[in-house]
Amino acid sequence: MDNVSQIAQFLISGLATGAIYALIGLSFSIIFNSTGIINFAQGEFVMLGGVLTIFCISTLQLPLILAVAAAICGTTVVGIVLERCAVRPLKNATPLSLILITIGASILIRGVTMLLWGKDTQALSAFSGNTPIDLAGATILPQHLWIFGVTVVVLVANRYFFYHTITGKAMRACSFNRRAANLVGISVQRMVLFSFVISAAVGSLAGVIIAPLTMTSYDVGIMLGLKGFCAAIMGGMGSGVATVLGGLILGILESLGAGLVSSGYKDAIAFFILLLILFVRPQGLFKKGETERV
Amino acid sequence: MLKSERIKFLLFAVVVLLAPLPLAGGYLTNVLVFVGINSMLALGLNLLLGYAGQISLGQAAFFGLGAYGSGVLTTVFSWNPWPAMIVVALCVAAFAFAIGFPVLKLKGHYLAMATLGVGIIAHIAFNETIDLTGGPSGLSGIPNLAAGTFVFDTDLKNYYLVWGFALVSILLSLNMVNSRFGRGLRAIHDSEVAARVMGVNARLMKVQVFALSALISALAGSLYSHVMTFISPTSFSFHISVELLTMVVIGGLGSVYGSVLGALLLTLLPEMLRTFQDYDIVVYGLLLVTMTIYLPGGLVRVIPELVARFAPKGRRSDA
Repeated sequence: MDNVSQIAQFLISGLATGAIYALIGLSFSIIFNSTGIINFAQGEFVMLGGVLTIFCISTLQLPLILAVAAAICGTTVVGIVLERCAVRPLKNATPLSLILITIGASILIRGVTMLLWGKDTQALSAFSGNTPIDLAGATILPQHLWIFGVTVVVLVANRYFFYHTITGKAMRACSFNRRAANLVGISVQRMVLFSFVISAAVGSLAGVIIAPLTMTSYDVGIMLGLKGFCAAIMGGMGSGVATVLGGLILGILESLGAGLVSSGYKDAIAFFILLLILFVRPQGLFKKGETERV
Repeated sequence: MLKSERIKFLLFAVVVLLAPLPLAGGYLTNVLVFVGINSMLALGLNLLLGYAGQISLGQAAFFGLGAYGSGVLTTVFSWNPWPAMIVVALCVAAFAFAIGFPVLKLKGHYLAMATLGVGIIAHIAFNETIDLTGGPSGLSGIPNLAAGTFVFDTDLKNYYLVWGFALVSILLSLNMVNSRFGRGLRAIHDSEVAARVMGVNARLMKVQVFALSALISALAGSLYSHVMTFISPTSFSFHISVELLTMVVIGGLGSVYGSVLGALLLTLLPEMLRTFQDYDIVVYGLLLVTMTIYLPGGLVRVIPELVARFAPKGRRSDA
């Protein structure tokens, strides 16, 4: 393979993983925007998506589409439980206690998953076969197309929900000013719960569609979650195109770095970028404006 | 330090020195060696988290840098362990000081993520620099520490070695938290803005305490490598950072003895749960969540309360 097609290949796989990071980034920012919480258990939602789908297919013998739906529902229930049992009881929550709680929850979810389904790495078979499609010298897998398609659908749905439905608008109102939202009759608590529901659903969906490409096991959540967070930071914690762009850039850089420099340092590249952005532009790559000074 | 504090420390030191005697160098002594190392690590993190209110999810990086620094210098470059330990501790502290300025400018979640990033990059580096560290298969043949012909090669000797370091760290921390510096840290914890208005150089102080906590962690790392004589990257992963966090939270944020208590409990716990292997991770998670929600003060604050509640009135002593 010559250099050009090799780089094209890196770009395609980078875009695909980048789209996943973007979805996870979106799920981070949905909760962050309505609650100000960074949910450190977000990666666990992603992991659950993959693991539950595999469980539903291999053990319960469900067809793919039902298995995916069941996995997303299951993860959403976990999200609701997390909000009700861990986040809501906390009065006067400081960022520190929220960090501790969500980290604790992530360990708990990971541990229970390990006990229930073991430590083995499992693969989900691709949704529509593995026949590669030739594209200008590089090949693209059908699963890549699924990933791109789902990302676009989620992005559009997300946009529609937050700007054109009453609930979505109410959630945005909460993110601007909780007290004002409360005064105009929006139940902030319910919106927080909703944000966990949507976030868990989007996160687990990301986990389902990446599972055929990267395999899945109880501990994939940490890395995927952190990279999703990195994407969200690059997008300035917004819940739209900026986060998707952040995810895609991250995916491409990571894939190029892994291919051209060293695959061992692949994950280090993502964190290096994360640190760089946090130090230099904590407000995100595409946003103007001041960061919090006080 | 107050007189009552001094007496408390002396009592604690006596307990520590006598603890292994009934155990006669058995398996439990070995566990207590690791309690000592974990106490130092938890203490370092607590100075940062409990006193200054700055979270770090990357303590395992400094622990690992200490361990690998000592390990590599003594095996690959055949240094004497003692100067190696000092050089490594100072280098790690200097490194923490340098990265502290950009890192500690961040707050809350962002700080947590940045320190986590540092931790994970370090872990990846331990795995990938195979020439020096041996990569995933680890680094072996690290010598035991020795003083002249006296080699620290048994559990009991290591116990006194490690706890000697731990006691000194505890004493220094007790002195520090009651000093002007410690008061400054607590002021930053309550309100950084208010602290600044009162003339506390918050930025510098945060970086200093970050470097100090890295220094203690690096020393613990060096001790760990000389006690174990073998190190591998798994001992310095994100999981360890979270374990340390759990120790500090369970013991009690902002309490020196709380760190020791947390280290003791969480080091013994996996030993006790050994028969139910793998359950310990679930227990950690549960502890972290329930403690944060229901007992945010940690055990050091709950135990005296319970004692006060059940002890007959009038004889209640101020714990």
